[in-house]
Amino acid sequence: MKTAPLSLHIPEPKTRPGDLVDFSDIQIPAAGIVARPASDIDAAAMRDYAYALIRVLDDKGQAVGEWNPKLSADTLRLGLRHMVLTREFDERMMKLQRQGKTSFYIKCTGEEAIGVAQAMALDDKDMLFPSYRQQGLLVARGCPLVRLMNQIFSNTQDNLKGRQLPIMYSEPDYGFFSISGNLGTQYPQAVGWAMASAYSGDTRIAAGWVGDGSTAEGDFHYALTFASVYRAPVVLNVVNNQWAISTFQGMAGGEQATFAARAVGYGLPALRVDGNDFLAVYAATEWAAERARNNHGATLIELYTYRAAPHSSSDDPAAYRPAEEAKNWPLGEPIERLKKHLIAIGEWSEERHAALVTEMTERVMEQLKEASSHGTLGNPPPNDPGSMFEDVLKEVPGRLLIQREEMLALRAAAAQEGV
Amino acid sequence: MARMNMIQAINSAMDIAMERDPNVLVFGEDVGYFGGVFRATAGLQKKYGKRRCFDAPISEGGIVGAAVGMGVYGLRPVVEIQFSDYIYPAFDQLVSEAARLRYRSAGGFTAPLTVRTPVGGGIFGGQTHSQSPEAIFTHVCGLTSIMPSNPYDAKGLLLSAIEDDDPVIFFEPKRIYNGPFDGHHDRPLTPWTKHDLGEVPEEYYKIELGKAKIVRPGEKVTVICYGTMVHVCLAAAEESGIDAEVIDLRSLLPLDLDCLVTSVKKTGRCVIVHEATKTCGYGAELVSLIQEHCFYHLEAPIERVTGWDTPYPHAYEWDYFPGPYRVSRAIKKVMEE
Ligand SMILES: Cc1ncc(C[n+]2csc(CCOP(=O)(O)OP(=O)(O)O)c2C)c(N)n1
Ligand SMILES: [Mg+2]
Repeated sequence: MKTAPLSLHIPEPKTRPGDLVDFSDIQIPAAGIVARPASDIDAAAMRDYAYALIRVLDDKGQAVGEWNPKLSADTLRLGLRHMVLTREFDERMMKLQRQGKTSFYIKCTGEEAIGVAQAMALDDKDMLFPSYRQQGLLVARGCPLVRLMNQIFSNTQDNLKGRQLPIMYSEPDYGFFSISGNLGTQYPQAVGWAMASAYSGDTRIAAGWVGDGSTAEGDFHYALTFASVYRAPVVLNVVNNQWAISTFQGMAGGEQATFAARAVGYGLPALRVDGNDFLAVYAATEWAAERARNNHGATLIELYTYRAAPHSSSDDPAAYRPAEEAKNWPLGEPIERLKKHLIAIGEWSEERHAALVTEMTERVMEQLKEASSHGTLGNPPPNDPGSMFEDVLKEVPGRLLIQREEMLALRAAAAQEGV
Repeated sequence: MARMNMIQAINSAMDIAMERDPNVLVFGEDVGYFGGVFRATAGLQKKYGKRRCFDAPISEGGIVGAAVGMGVYGLRPVVEIQFSDYIYPAFDQLVSEAARLRYRSAGGFTAPLTVRTPVGGGIFGGQTHSQSPEAIFTHVCGLTSIMPSNPYDAKGLLLSAIEDDDPVIFFEPKRIYNGPFDGHHDRPLTPWTKHDLGEVPEEYYKIELGKAKIVRPGEKVTVICYGTMVHVCLAAAEESGIDAEVIDLRSLLPLDLDCLVTSVKKTGRCVIVHEATKTCGYGAELVSLIQEHCFYHLEAPIERVTGWDTPYPHAYEWDYFPGPYRVSRAIKKVMEE
C-alpha cells in the first residue's frame, strides 16, 4: 500500500497587515434566539451552548430573548458609567506611560463590558482571580482610581510598595486577587478558593479569568479538572479577544472548536457569550453564579470579543494584524452598544452621554492630580528601599536583615562619596 | 565582518543553523510571523517558511515537551521561552525528561534541543520579567547552561549549542541585547555597533562550550562573572583602580575550572558576581570549587556580589541590581586582607 507523505499543519490567520479586513467566517447568530435553561440543568444537556452565542442586544439596540437580565435603567446607566470611566482611565494611563511617567500599561479597550458587567452580576463578597485585562472589575467594585494610579506610578502611596510591575494590582479589600505575571496560574487558584469556600460551608463563590491564548497553559486544564471533580463553586471565564500578543486564537486551538467547548470534555456546562453585549455578559454571569451558589458547581464562560488595544504599551499590533480590524469587529463595541440600548428605550441621550464622558474624564484628572502628588515612577525616587526585604516571609529572616544592612550601608556610602 | 547587536547575532546563528541543517527548526510564543517579542527570530519565517519557524501555543511545558519529542525523532529544535520567568511550566519536561532521557535509556534516546530564553533585569520589568534562574538549572545533571555577554560570543556559542547532542539552555541577558550596559543607568548606553565585540562575522563559526574568557587580564584579584555582569565588572575594575583580572564564564556548565583556578592561584583573591539571588546561587558553587582547588593560595575570603534574596522589586530596581559601585567595593575589600 502506498501512503502519501505526511505534512505538518501550522495555523495561520486569514489576514495580515496590508490585507483587507475579513471577518466573513465569523458566524453571528441573531440576538435572543438562545434559550435560557434553569441554572440547575444537567451539564450533559448543555453541550450545544458551547457552540451557540448568547446575545441580548439586537442591531436596533433592543434587548431581546430569554437571556435579557431585565435590569433597571439605573443599573444600566451605572454599568455605562463604569465602562466609560474604565476607558477614560485606560486612555489617560497609556498617555502617561508614553510620557515616561511609568514603565508599563495595559488597556482593555473594547473589553470593558466583561469586567464591569461581571463584577455587577457577582456578589461584592465573591472572590475574583483576574488576569491583567479586567480592570473593569475594580472600577465596578468602587476601588478608587487613585489607588490604582499609585500602584501604576510605584509612588509613596503604592499599596504594593513599589514591588510590582504597573497594573499588577492586588486589592484584598475589594476581593481582587494579586495579579500574576505568569499566565493562567490564577485559574486553579480560583478553583481552590471556591473549594475552600464549599469546604467551609461559606456562601461566597469565586470567579477566574484567562485569555484565549492562556488556555494552552497546563493550569487551565488543571483548573477544569478540579472544578469538575470537586464541583467547585466557581465561574471560569475565557476572554477570547482573538489575539495573544501577535498570535491569533487559532494558535490556541480556537479553529477546531470553541473555547467554551473545552468544558464539554470535563463534564462542565459552558456558555458562549457575545462579550461586547453588556446584557448578555451580565445574564450569563448571573446564571453561572446562581448555579455555583446553589451547589451545582462550575461553569465555563467564553466571552467572545476583540482586543481593540495593543497587547500592552510594549506592543505595536500594526506589525501583525490589519489596523482596521477593531473598527470592523462584527460585534461592535460595548460602550456604543449599551448607549444605543439606553437611547432606544428612552433612558439616555447623546447629550447626557457627552456629559458623562466629560464627567468621567474630569474624574480621572482629579484622581490623577492626587496620585501625582505622591509621585510618579522614579520622580521622586521611592524612598524606602529597605522595604524590599519585607514580606519575603512573615518575619524578615536573619540573612535578609544582614542584606538589608548591607544595602543601606552601601547607599549611605555612595551618597557620601557622591556616586 | 558585520556590525551586529546581540539580537542580530543570535538571529544570524539561527539563520545559519537552519541553512546548514534542514533538521533545525525554530518555534515558540510569537516567534513566527512577528519574529519574537525581542525580534530574535525576525525574518526567519519569511526565509525558511512557516514549516521551519512558527508560533507556538502559550504553553511552555508543551513547547519543551514537543521539542523533546522532536529531538527524539531526530530533529534539532531551537525553542524560545519568551522570558526565563516563564520557564517554570516547562520545568518537569526539562528536569525529568530532557535532562535524563539519555541516561535512563542508556543512550537509546536523546533530545538535542536548545532552549533560548532572555534573563536578567534592569529594564523595569518587575519581578516577572527580570529573573535570573540559571542556578535552578545548573543544579540539574544532564543540562548544559550557557550565558553569553556580547554579540560575537552569542553567535558562536548559540551555533555550538544547536549542534550539541544534549539539551542546552541558552540564557540571553536582555539588558545587553542592544549594548554593553555596565550598570551606570544614568549614562547613555554605547550600542554594540560602536563596540569591538559588535564585530561579528556573517559566516559560520563556533565557540566551544565550556571555555571561559579572560576579558581583562590583571594580577591582583580575580573577578568571576557572566552575562550582563561582565560589563558591570569591567567598569568596576576600572573604577576601583585595582589591577583586577575579569573572567567571563560564558558557559556555566560545563565550567572552565582550569581558567578560574589558574587565575585565582595567580592573584590569591577572588570576587564572584551574579545578578541572581545569593543563597544557593551559582556563585555558591564557584566559591566551593575555588576553595577546593585554591585554598592554600587564597589571601582573603572570597566575596560574592549578587542580587538580594528577594524578588526583583520594580521601583527599587537600581538598589537591587548589583552595580559597579558595589562590585568595586568588593574588589577593594578583598584587597584589604
Ligand atoms: C507563563 C507565561 N508565558 C508567557 C507569558 C508572556 N505573555 C504575556 S501576555 C501573553 C499573551 C496572552 O494572551 P491571552 O491569554 O489571549 O490574553 P490577552 O493578552 O489577549 O488578554 C504572553 C504570551 C507570560 N506572561 N506568562
Ligand atoms: Mg487574548
